[in-house]
Amino acid sequence: MDKTLYSSTHEYARIEGNVAYIGISDYAQKALGNIVYVDMPETGEDFNAGDEFGAVESVKAASDLIMPLSGAVLEINEHLIDNPRLLNEDAMANWIIKIELTDPAEAESLMTEEAYAEFCEKH
Amino acid sequence: MTDNIKTTCLHDRHLSLGAQMSPFAGFDMPIQYEGITEEHMAVRNACGVFDVSHMGEVNISGPDAERFVNHIFTNDIAGAPDGKIFYGMMLRADGGTVDDLLVYRRGANNFLLVINASNIDKDIEWIKSQSEGYDVEIDDLSDALGELAIQGPEAEKVMEQELGITCADLAFYTFREASLDGAHILVSRTGYTGEDGFEVYADHDTICKLWDRLMESGRAKPCGLGCRDTLRFEVGLPLYGHELADDISPIESGLSMFVKLDKEGGFIGRDAVAAQKADGPSKRVVGLQLADKAIPRAGYDVLDAEGRKVGYITTGYRSPSTDASVAMALIEAASAAKGTQLQVQIRRRTFPATVVAKRFYQKNYKK
Repeated sequence: MDKTLYSSTHEYARIEGNVAYIGISDYAQKALGNIVYVDMPETGEDFNAGDEFGAVESVKAASDLIMPLSGAVLEINEHLIDNPRLLNEDAMANWIIKIELTDPAEAESLMTEEAYAEFCEKH
Repeated sequence: MTDNIKTTCLHDRHLSLGAQMSPFAGFDMPIQYEGITEEHMAVRNACGVFDVSHMGEVNISGPDAERFVNHIFTNDIAGAPDGKIFYGMMLRADGGTVDDLLVYRRGANNFLLVINASNIDKDIEWIKSQSEGYDVEIDDLSDALGELAIQGPEAEKVMEQELGITCADLAFYTFREASLDGAHILVSRTGYTGEDGFEVYADHDTICKLWDRLMESGRAKPCGLGCRDTLRFEVGLPLYGHELADDISPIESGLSMFVKLDKEGGFIGRDAVAAQKADGPSKRVVGLQLADKAIPRAGYDVLDAEGRKVGYITTGYRSPSTDASVAMALIEAASAAKGTQLQVQIRRRTFPATVVAKRFYQKNYKK
């Protein structure tokens, strides 16, 4: 069974066992506007939860991507290299990186979909 | 919103159009309406209208007006025909840039200075502090005047057909004062986009009326400050605080053609910039082109091939017109020659960059 959890910096983690797909929320893509570039890490790089692992950029500004969970990069979404606007079209379907979790228990610190929706309303 | 943020006369209209608003130079200004890219392309291909009422206007008049303006301004306005406009800078004695501005010659003893919104208070204080011994009157009109910029290849038709403002006969960098529905307006063939276009100065009521007419016509897309920046950047125009600053002179910024070192009577800062020009400046604003798609942003470090920091990005974008990752950067002179291979630090990585001319798109002025 998979579950999708959210961070306060608007990344999501869709967790399937000890693997997670990391992307940005629909709220985040809307706030950014037209995305023109996605800076992604390399396969094999290790990150701790809270680390900056890349950026999504609109014409105007770069917005850092922050790891919601610790893990090693298994795969990057190569479609985003030539077509970053996929994030605007469907941010939830178009994950940015796939990671192998090093500490699945960290998921407890993330927000559920309901909690995140409430969080977005307040911010 | 904080209590002391200012608004322009068109603020309500921006909100009702659903603009994304952001503080800029003390004003709550529209950054974009539909989107920066769409607005950018509208100006390149058709016509866009910008609310630039945040800009400052200072009128200088009196028996010594021409001599005084020429004393504080790098370009040479002496003896020019009325109706002509000059671009140039005000400098401190050490050559640092107080501001870049337009000077409109309304008459031998009457000049309108158009200054950056972010510098209004500083500039007026500076102008007044330099005026001792000159018989001039200095009037700050910034709060009384609004300004629209109507820009793009179709701007002339839109001005004439939708606003009833005759402008086909206006030459580049000239202006005319006229009466429109009983109001006094000033119209110039100027802009900050690299396209043909006009700027209109008038009282707030008139500016609102003109804006409404343009919106009703559907022939001028409302454009925010977001694309104003990408448009001016692509054609290599400087923005104060980025390519010109208290510590960046016009010589360093590559704007020597607007600095008349030999004009009669000189100007404040003349000796400092003359020395820079003679010796060669120690740093220069250059263009950079990246091969990669990564976007160089203002403030990022620029390194030489060996990894030593040689400067920083002053403005950078993925060019909406050409899709290239390009930037302007302030670089040590030794690394500033065209063709020099440098690197830009973008977050965790460095990307190769080549020094190029700081013009990423050809200007389309009607001269």
